[in-house]
Parts: sequence; structure tokens; C-alpha cells
Amino acid sequence: MTANELLVQIQNLRVEFDVRAGIVKAVDGVTFDIYRGQTLGVIGESGCGKSITARAILQMVPKPGKITAGQVLYHRRAKGSTQTDVINISKLDPDGQLIREIRGGEIGMIFQEPMSSLTPVYNAGSHINEAVSLHRLMPLRKVGDQMAETIRAHRKVTKEESRQIAIEMLRRVGIPKPEQRVDSYPHQLSGGQRQRVMIAIALSCQPVMLIADEPTTALDVSIEAQILDIMREMQRNENMAIMFITHNLGVIAEMAKEIVVMYMGKQVERASTVDIFYDPKHPYTRALLQSIPKVGRKTGTRLASIEGMVPDPFNLPTGCVFHPRCPSFMPGKCDKIAPTWKQLVGDHWVSCLLYEEV
Amino acid sequence: MAKPSPELKKKPISQSYWSLVWWRFKKNKLAIVGGILLIVMYFSFVAVPEFISPYDLERRSEYTEARPQTIRFVDQNGKFHLRPFVYGLERKVDPVARRRSYVENPDRVYEIYFFTKGDPYKLFGLIPADIHLFGTKSDDPAASVFIMGTDSLGRDYFSRIMYGGRLSLMIGLIGQFLTLLLGSVLGAISGYYGGRVDIIIQRVTEFLAAFPDIPLFMALAAAIPAYWSPILVYFMLTVILAFVRWGGLARQVRGLILSLREREFVLAAKSFGADDSRLMFRHLLPGTMSHVIVIATLSIPGMILAETALSWLGLGLRAPLTSWGVLLQESMTVYAIRFAPWLLWTIPFLLIVILAYNMLGDGLRDALDPYGAR
Amino acid sequence: MAAPNTRTDNILLDVKGLKKYFPIQKGFLRRVVGYVKAVDDVTFFVREGETLGLVGESGCGKTTAGRTIIRLYEPTGGQVFFKSRLMAGGGEEKLINLAGLDRGQMKLIRREIAMIFQDPINSLNPRMTVGDIIAEPMVIHGQYRKDESEAIIINLLQRVGLRPDHLRRYPHEFSGGQRQRIGIARALSLNPRLVICDEPVSALDVSIQAQTLNLLQDLQRDFNLAYIFVAHDLSVVQHISNRVAVMYVGKIVEMADAEELYLYPLHPYTEALMSAVPKADPKYKSDRIIMQGDVADPSNPPSGCYFHPRCRYAVDICSKQAPEFRELKPDHFVACHLAQDLKLRGI
Ligand SMILES: Nc1ncnc2c1ncn2[C@@H]1O[C@H](COP(=O)(O)OP(=O)(O)O)[C@@H](O)[C@H]1O
Ligand SMILES: Nc1ncnc2c1ncn2[C@@H]1O[C@H](COP(=O)(O)OP(=O)(O)O)[C@@H](O)[C@H]1O
Ligand SMILES: [Mg+2]
Ligand SMILES: [Mg+2]
Repeated sequence: MTANELLVQIQNLRVEFDVRAGIVKAVDGVTFDIYRGQTLGVIGESGCGKSITARAILQMVPKPGKITAGQVLYHRRAKGSTQTDVINISKLDPDGQLIREIRGGEIGMIFQEPMSSLTPVYNAGSHINEAVSLHRLMPLRKVGDQMAETIRAHRKVTKEESRQIAIEMLRRVGIPKPEQRVDSYPHQLSGGQRQRVMIAIALSCQPVMLIADEPTTALDVSIEAQILDIMREMQRNENMAIMFITHNLGVIAEMAKEIVVMYMGKQVERASTVDIFYDPKHPYTRALLQSIPKVGRKTGTRLASIEGMVPDPFNLPTGCVFHPRCPSFMPGKCDKIAPTWKQLVGDHWVSCLLYEEV
Repeated sequence: MAKPSPELKKKPISQSYWSLVWWRFKKNKLAIVGGILLIVMYFSFVAVPEFISPYDLERRSEYTEARPQTIRFVDQNGKFHLRPFVYGLERKVDPVARRRSYVENPDRVYEIYFFTKGDPYKLFGLIPADIHLFGTKSDDPAASVFIMGTDSLGRDYFSRIMYGGRLSLMIGLIGQFLTLLLGSVLGAISGYYGGRVDIIIQRVTEFLAAFPDIPLFMALAAAIPAYWSPILVYFMLTVILAFVRWGGLARQVRGLILSLREREFVLAAKSFGADDSRLMFRHLLPGTMSHVIVIATLSIPGMILAETALSWLGLGLRAPLTSWGVLLQESMTVYAIRFAPWLLWTIPFLLIVILAYNMLGDGLRDALDPYGAR
Repeated sequence: MAAPNTRTDNILLDVKGLKKYFPIQKGFLRRVVGYVKAVDDVTFFVREGETLGLVGESGCGKTTAGRTIIRLYEPTGGQVFFKSRLMAGGGEEKLINLAGLDRGQMKLIRREIAMIFQDPINSLNPRMTVGDIIAEPMVIHGQYRKDESEAIIINLLQRVGLRPDHLRRYPHEFSGGQRQRIGIARALSLNPRLVICDEPVSALDVSIQAQTLNLLQDLQRDFNLAYIFVAHDLSVVQHISNRVAVMYVGKIVEMADAEELYLYPLHPYTEALMSAVPKADPKYKSDRIIMQGDVADPSNPPSGCYFHPRCRYAVDICSKQAPEFRELKPDHFVACHLAQDLKLRGI
């Protein structure tokens, strides 16, 4: 795609959590672009900052997190027009009118398990509450009512129309008997159905971009396949961009055009999906690719695993954060010098001393 | 294999659940204040009210319904005294209203001493003693100090509040303890064994929950025979309070046990052959502890209030037993409120206790985090 | 992989027609109004020292099957034969039916069959130290002697890649992968012969998953363990299993040697499940079979073959008659009317 199709630019984003034991650099200098109608994949182990990056895009970093540097530029375009305004989202008031229009309306979001946070704890701050009501299903309220409410918050339609849209969306995401399902409660649906309802809600506002944060992680492969299919079809029809977060390499290979690999809040490699899978440069990416069992491969062999564990976020290794686990560790270099973000060839970026002269 | 994580090398001591709880609790200043307040109050009201109060519970003076004497440092000549003192009381008869009243006579000065001799009592019911926290030294029988006035029989009201607190605070604690016992045992049995026992216990708790507390208390309390000794009445009242209130706790414990029972660590213990008692006491009940403690702390005030309400209605404790409820019953007349408002001094004490329990309970809830992940 | 012996050889666990129905209760008196047939007539066997994978979509009864075998749930019907050493004594082995044992006898068997659970957070009691957790099986069986047992525990800890000083720590101080190792150490503390692993790696990250799978394989070799390995991730199951059983709505629909199953599946459900697995290869052109709808409700399953509403090959007979679970090829069992005639895609 061409540069004028840019949708969201994330530039040198940093998010920090100031907690009792110290400061966690949850996101530490992340830079990438998202284009209209394309899918960007973000992969990495849990705790590497994928979700926080996604939340930062919508000004939804949970407390006590703070965006300490960098910016998120959103190239906003009114429907049908070719005029784009650039909005710096990281400068917006997190509770303000504009971000609320964008959040859920122009940029939709789906989280991992739509009922996982259903414990009745009411002490969250207002914008977390809003996020909950915007992006998760609430118990004890009919699915259809929750959908209709979101639709009316972002589109100028009547109550009756919003219900019709809700039914239509449920049909499109493959919920059987949507006219009846629209009146059911979340607990009456299976996990896969709830996730499809979440997708229906996110897509019912016709967003220009969808942030899908591990949307299929808790689901079976059969349901996962259905959901990925739905997402791709919607993307084709609406020219919607997707930021797809996962730690499943199979899913990302299928969905993404370009991939960002993250480790401990930093991006370590970024390239087209084919390059990541066929020509990975960073040792972490390579190790990650080797550590997954593949269907159809001979059984009984050992997997290549990454040694050791993810380091303590308060006590990060010096130099390159990956060096204690790295198979290509160069003593005296990797533990002393922090690698820089470098462009190798074309659109292949990597942050590793193997590719630097020092 | 995996290299040891640096994070684990660093921390010298490991934090058990309870040390974590203590750490969180300490951060909550309000809860600490509540806790200290309760310790001080329980110590002085329950353990040593004889020492704190200047007079014996039943000691009558000739001053009936005397208003509280002001504790002074400055005398009528404007001279400052380091030692506090009170003015003596003098009877005055209002010829129009035909009421007796007492006024302070600035000519009679009685100094207040700390740790003075007074009415003899037995500390903790055992040790004979006659030292009181404060009082006047004078041998003159008129040398009295009634910081909260006297009642219609001329008894020092402050002393009565102190003694009354003992019964009121104890009934809260003992009643809650019985509730806890009944509630957690029945709740645990109900949740763990299920089946018929569960159905029966469930229906009983529902039955109890369907009745409003106070009428139920009243019905039960009214059934206590009038000829029973006061101590027996007190005991029965405690049992009644516990009996009416265990249902809520039992339901909570049952629910917790039900959910814990399906937790994988319980299944794991079972899969290795753990017997019922091990499952119950090692795995299930400890998991309900934090919940139970929080609920118990937050419902003690209800217990105390229930006793107060019952006694006030004349259905609970009766004189000669003295509790805050009994005191309130005596004072809650239009006459008393109009002419002897100091007899309402019980209420602030009651409020402070309730407030302190709520402060502590809230702190415990945050610290124990019964809804949290761990 | 060792060539499969004749069917009856070396069999450690032989499950025949196992059933577990959960009653559905309603109303004031909790009358039973129906049953969830979570495990319904399941037949399979496990040989000594091998791994049997058990796959299927969630809700199809894998966990229930595992738990019913070691009587965490009382079986509704069927038999579970286990070749026990402890029951026979004197180095002998005896085939006994676990479903008929009383509590005391079953307790003895619990030393020979252990379990590893899915959730690394929930499967360890948060109020107990790691040492106490691993020691618990020994305590339960009266084998705990302070000094010796501590040495055993430390040994186990090191074997699973943890350090001796982790003994006095609490579970919340560990990461998911480490907690799963603690669970594994606990399972091994009584020297079992069969370990039922209920999705032991499903909650773990890829790199930790690889470490844990390798650990399980090493332990299997060193202690000659047999595993029943439950998972919903086919690639993981295929990687670790010698044989694989595929489950659908309480029934086993296909069971075969792992490679055989993946190359030449005989059941349409197996085929569809495999084709749904996303391949970690961006150039792979997937023409996957999308199964419509959700897993059937085990309290109200469809008539005939439970899979027929989602099956793209279904014919008349499928909705009328339940297929028989039969050995179509040597050591390859399948429950499908059309198994002989269909040409299904492997991987
Ligand atoms: N509410 C929070 N409080 C403190 N730290 C947090 C919070 N949320 C996230 N973090 C930190 O941010 C890091 C990244 O988290 P996240 O983006 O959720 O990871 P993931 O890649 O699994 O989505 C975590 O390792 C954690 O230390
Ligand atoms: N204790 C239980 N009581 C009632 N139904 C249950 C119970 N445990 C599981 N089930 C039901 O049995 C079926 C199989 O569940 P499960 O064995 O957990 O499946 P899996 O492990 O394959 O995901 C599900 O429909 C589930 O709802
Ligand atoms: Mg995340
Ligand atoms: Mg399961």
C-alpha cells in the first residue's frame, strides 16, 4: 500500500508502570505503522507488552500506567471523503469526547475472553469502567441490548434500527438463530459464541481499524477457524485494518501481512510475514519459531526450547535484554551494549548486535 | 534445564499469605486507628472497667440526676491550677417546677487525683484492689466527681457506661463467635457433602433469611422466662442472636466451599488420596478464612446493636444487669431527654465502637482481598 | 517409536465402556431432570511407558474422562482395568478393576496413578509452601520422614529444573511455567507408573511450553512413565503422543498410532479438526474444512452419530444409527459408518 493509506503511526512509544517494587517499562520504545485494509501482527510471550501497546493506542492504559514518551498518530478520515486529519491520540484527554468517538466507534477492540472479568468488583476508575462496558460483555444484560447500546453510541440510528443491525451482525458472525440469540444473556452462550458476539459488537460500528488482542487464545481450533474467517471476510468487505495480537505463530502466519516481534517491552524484529517465517534475523524470533511443535512433523523428537525464563522486569539484564537466553550470545558485547533499531533490507528491521558493527 | 531466575535469587525472605496481608493492612491508616481504638476500648470496657470507672456500678450517692461536673483548671479567681478539679454540688429546689437540681458551688473545690483509692473491687474477678484511674482524695462523702452526671438513683453515669460496655461488647464478640462456629460448620458441611443435608441446611437458612431480624429476635427473646436468672438470660440472648444470624455466614461459607471444592488444588489433593478431614482443614477452610474474618468483623456491630435494641425494647437484658441497651432504655424517655440529656452519653460510645469495627473491617477486607485472585 | 505389539501386550490401563453422567437438577427439591453425558461409553487402553494423547474440542469430556479413571468422579458405568503392582505385592502385577474398589483399596492405587492439572495457578494451594505441596502425597500416604523426604523433595525439585531453596516459597512467587514444574514434581513424588496430564501446557507460553514438553519426555524416559496426555492442541498432542484418541461429545470417535492418524485419518471429525489447525507457514494455502456450529450439547445430543449435524459427508444412516467403535485396520479404531468408503485428507 502507498503512504497515503497510512492509518495509525506509533512512534517511539513508551509506557511505564510505577509500582511498589519499582518501575516496569511495559512498552519501551515501540515504532510501527498500520495501513488501511491491512493486518499487522504482534507476537511475543505473555508480559512482553502487547496488550499495553494496544491499549495505549486507544488511551486506555490501566492505572498506574503512564505513557511517558512517544506518540500515536491517527490519520482520521470522514466517511466517503479523501481529506485526512492527523490526530495525536496520545495528547488527547483519556475521558474526552473525541477519544470516546474513536474508541469503539472508529477503532474497535476485542479482548481475549469476553467473560473473564465478570467478578463484581466495582472499584475501577471511570475510564476502565467505560472500557469494560465498551468492550466486554456484562452479565445479567441481554446480548442484544448491549449491542444496541454500543451501536447507538456511535451511529445515528433509532432503537429499532440498532436492534436490526445487531441481529444482522450476529447473523454475519455465524451465530445460529440470531433473532432469538439477541435476547439471550451472556452466560447462556458458549465461549466461542461470546467471542463472536464481541466481534459482532466491534464490527457493528464499521470501524476503520480493529484491535484484536488474542481474540482466539481461549478457543478451540474449530471455533478459531470460524472467527478468523469472519475477520478476514469483514476486512475484505470494509477495507478495515487489523492489529492482530497473539502468541500463536500459526494464527499470525495466516492472518498478518507484516509482523512485529516483541520481547520485554521492546520490539526486536519487524518484517513481512514471509520474511519473519522464512528468513528470521533475530535469535529470539528464530528460537520462537523452532520451539513450536508442528503438525505432521515426525514425533518423538525434542523441541528446541528457549532456555531460562523471562527476566524480572525490575531487574532487567544489561545490554541486550535477551542476552541471558540467547543462543548467539557474544560475551563482552551483548551484555554491555544495547542494540539499536536498524533497517536491514527493504522493510526488514531488527534490533540485534549480530547485525551491528561494534 | 531452566536457569534459576534472577528475581528469586534477590529476595531474601519469602512472603507467606499472612505476611502479605499484614503488609497491606499496615498501609491502611484508618484500619489501624480502628484496630487500636477497639483494643483500647475492649481493654478498658471488658477487662478493667472497675479500674477506669471512679465508682462502683451500684454505688448510689445522694445526688440524683445531677448534671455532669465540669473538669476545671482555672478557678473563680482566674488562677490556673496544674491539677484538675471540680466544684462541689449543691442541691437547689426550683419552687415553681418543683424540681430538685444540683448546681456547682465554686467555693467547694475538689481536686482530682489519678490512681486514687476508692470503692474496693476485684480486678479480673480475682485480685482484690481499690485503686481507680481517677477520683477525689477528700474523705468528705460529698466530694464526688461525676463527669457524665448521675442517673435517677444517684449512680455515677460514667461508671455505668463503663460497666455496661462490658456486657454489650462481650455479647457482640461471643455472639459473633457462636455465629461463626455455627455458620462455618454448617456452611462447610452443607457445601462439602451436598445432598440431603445441604438441602435441609439451605432451606433453614432461607427460612431465617425470610424473617426480618428484629421481630424474630423479639419473638424469641419474649419467650425467655422472666424468672430466669440474669446470667441465664444473658446467655440465652447470646444464643438467640447467634441463632438468628448464622444463616448468612453459612451461605457464604457454603458458596466458598463449593467453588473451592472444584479448584484444582483440592482435586489434586483428592487425587492423591487425601481424606475428608485433610481436605477440609488443610485446603478448604483455610481458603474461606479471609472471607469469614471480614464478614465476622463487619457484623459484630450488628450484634451489638441487636442487643441494644432488644434491651431497649425491654426484651433483652434487664436490671440489675447493666448493658448499653439497658442504660438506653432507662434514658429514652421524654422526661430524661428534656431534663437529663447527659443520660444519652451512651450513644457516642456505641457509635465509636461501631465506627471502629467498620474501619477495621474495611481495612481487613482490602488487606485480605477475599475477592482477589490469590 | 516401538512397533505396536499385539493388542493385549503390555497393557497398563484398559478402559472399557466408561460412562460418567452428571445429573441436571432443578427446582426446590432438586429433582433430576436429565443427565449431561460427559463421558459416554468410552473404550481405550494405554500401554506401559507410552503416551496416549486425548484430543477434542473443549466440553467433549476429556477432563471428565481423566478424572473418572482415578475416581475423582464416581463412574456411572464401565470398567477401568489397571495393572497394579502394589495390589499384587511381591513384584507381581495384577489386573484389577478400579471402578469396583473401595476407598481404602483405591488409596493404594493412587500411588501408582498421578495427575497433572491444567491451571498452573489453581492447581497449587496458595497457602502452602512448595515443599509442603510436593510433600503432600507422601504425607497422605504416611511415607513422610522429615529428613529422607526432604532429600527426596529436593531431588525432585532439581529434576524438574527448580532450586532447593525454592522449597520454602509460596506458589504466587513463581511464573506459570515454574508452577507447572511444581505440579509435575508433586505428581512424581510417589513414583507413579501412569500420569494423567490434563492439558499441562495449554496455559503456558510457547517457549515455556516447549521446555515443559521436553521435561515431560525426559521424565517419561527416566522413570518409564505412561502418560494420558489430554490437550486440545493437535500439534502438541501429535508431538508427544505415541497413540492418539480423538473424542467428540463424550465418545471416542477414532484411536490410532499418532502418525497413522495424522496421515490417514478415518473419521471426518479428525479430518476437520486437523485442517482447522493454523499452520505456522505463511505460504501454506489453507483450504480448511470449516465445521459449522458448535460442539453438540452432551445433555441433549443429536440422534445417531453425534457428529452428523456438522459432518460434510453425512448420509441418511448417520442420523439414525450410532456407529460402532471398531478396529478397521490393525490398531486403528474408528466409529463412523462411512469409514471404509471415505478418502480423507491427512496432513
Ligand atoms: N495494571 C498493571 N500494573 C502493573 N504492571 C502492569 C499492569 N498491567 C501490565 N503491567 C506490566 O506490563 C507488562 C506488559 O503487560 P501486557 O501488555 O499485558 O503483556 P502481554 O504481552 O501479555 O499482553 C507486564 O509484564 C506487567 O509487568
Ligand atoms: N462437575 C460437573 N457437573 C456437571 N457437568 C459437568 C461437570 N464437569 C463437566 N461437566 C460437563 O461435562 C462436559 C464435559 O466437560 P469436560 O470433561 O470438562 O470437557 P473437556 O475437558 O473436554 O473440555 C461439559 O459439557 C461440561 O459442561
Ligand atoms: Mg495480553
Ligand atoms: Mg478440560
